[in-house]
Amino acid sequence: MKEYRQEIGALTMRWVLRLSREKFSMLFTLVQPMLFWLIFFGNLFQRAADSQVTQAPNYISFLAAGVVVMTVLNNGLAGGVDLLFDKENGFLERLMSTPIHRSSVILSRFIFVMSITSLQVLVILGVAFLFGVHPATGLLGVAVILLIGMMFGVGLTAISMAMAFSVKSHGDFFSVLGFLSLPMIFLSSALVPLAAMPGWMSVLAQFNPMTWAIDAVRPLILSGWSEALPHVGMVVVVMLVFDALCLYGGAKAFRRAMG
Amino acid sequence: MDRSIAIEVSRLCKTYDAHKAVDDLSFQVYAGEIFGLLGPNGAGKSTTLRTLITLLHPTSGTATVFGHDTVRDADTVRTLIGYVPQERAIDRFLTGREHLQLLGALYHLTKEEAAKRIAELLKLVELETHADRPAKTYSGGMKRKLDIACGLLPNPKVLFLDEPTLGLDVQSRLRIWEYVRMLKARGMTIVMTTNYLDEADQLCDRLAIIDGGKIKTLGSPAELKIALGGDIVSLTLKEMDRMAGLESALKNQPAIKAVRLTAKGLDIRVESPEKALPAILESANRLGCGIDFIQYNRPRLDDVFIAHTGRRIQDEVIKEE
Repeated sequence: MKEYRQEIGALTMRWVLRLSREKFSMLFTLVQPMLFWLIFFGNLFQRAADSQVTQAPNYISFLAAGVVVMTVLNNGLAGGVDLLFDKENGFLERLMSTPIHRSSVILSRFIFVMSITSLQVLVILGVAFLFGVHPATGLLGVAVILLIGMMFGVGLTAISMAMAFSVKSHGDFFSVLGFLSLPMIFLSSALVPLAAMPGWMSVLAQFNPMTWAIDAVRPLILSGWSEALPHVGMVVVVMLVFDALCLYGGAKAFRRAMG
Repeated sequence: MDRSIAIEVSRLCKTYDAHKAVDDLSFQVYAGEIFGLLGPNGAGKSTTLRTLITLLHPTSGTATVFGHDTVRDADTVRTLIGYVPQERAIDRFLTGREHLQLLGALYHLTKEEAAKRIAELLKLVELETHADRPAKTYSGGMKRKLDIACGLLPNPKVLFLDEPTLGLDVQSRLRIWEYVRMLKARGMTIVMTTNYLDEADQLCDRLAIIDGGKIKTLGSPAELKIALGGDIVSLTLKEMDRMAGLESALKNQPAIKAVRLTAKGLDIRVESPEKALPAILESANRLGCGIDFIQYNRPRLDDVFIAHTGRRIQDEVIKEE
């Protein structure tokens, strides 16, 4: 157990070191979602969005939940990229030829991606706060938002790592990534509530786990506990199923690649 | 001499879909020797190596490292081996020291143990002054040195080197060879793959020539060359009329294996040139045969490779790249 902790600690530290060496990349990773989506998009659509439709005092407070979950989505889907490079340049083989527990590399990645994502979510909520979005459920609500983000992030990161282990080249990986990200956002309640979508889109959006996550985060920010709790209960169930499926697929891909 | 066995590969097969990457391979590596797996790209060298370092499970057959099975006992095997991958398996954002620190933790060394060993290794591969620079600033040779330091960090009983000098300049190459010889002198067992014949010839105590997933031949470089039928002494004679006389005079001598007439003289296969050359010259003198030109060819490993695979190793390499 002590050895296991030592391995995971050292591997997680490596991801942190890598990030700290890429100062620009770190900066852009951290500020990109809040800059583009929250500040620009949120303010841009302030008058175009009908508050009767969004059921929110202003568009930016409606959008905050969407940006939080979008950040989780993008970080999660990109969570396997570093492992993909490790696989391609042989670093993964080097790690795997050492007497470490087979799951350590993957666990370190989960820990790292979850930590960075949580940090970003906090920054986004902080920026939203500056624009007058005050979470209705307070700090406990923020903690629940982080928890939902992590539950969604685990499954996404598992998908991403499974893809990293399965693809033949990193070109394939990035094509699939690019193909997944935007439709997932548009076919969710991130930008527009389900009720205001064209029928066929709202049907598709209901099958998007992202929608469930946003529909739980949004009342935590906008309304309060009584409205949020049923959604939170629901999203926990949805995410448990989602994570179980993703982890199962991820474990299979990992075993195929490593044995 | 009875030597202890470090690695035992027994009827190893690895199949990908319908393709047999390794086909019924058996060999042993003795403790303390440098063993080479030589062959063109795609011959099955890397597959064999990756099975030995526990990264691949064989389709059938077994491999053991100091008696430990690479599948059932993989964790024990991993504590005994060091691995230097073919690609520069370097994280360009980490410094040399951070690479070694990471591996120290993965081999479960304490901080003090790791720091001590890292200092020794950095000194050994002459990277002390560059240890705290990110690896992206390293030259190809420096990266390779770091790779080797990483492979040595666990103080392994067996070190696996996958194409250790691929793409290196001559100086770095010679340096790497020096390290390998030094490690052998310290008693380490070394298994390396290579598609450079001169490298195999220079470094390996024994080598297996692999092609199409099978071992074509196995032995020390000297044995393999001798098995081809010995060295060749070619004579160019001044007077062609005395050639037949010389031929028959040489044929029955003990140091000479075969004599063949050529357009300008004789090709003589000899077992050891030290004994044969004086005999040849003495006979030529006695018969009054003037010799214009004498050439002595030692078979090279290239000739061994061609004899066993039917082609030159370089052809294959160029074609695949």
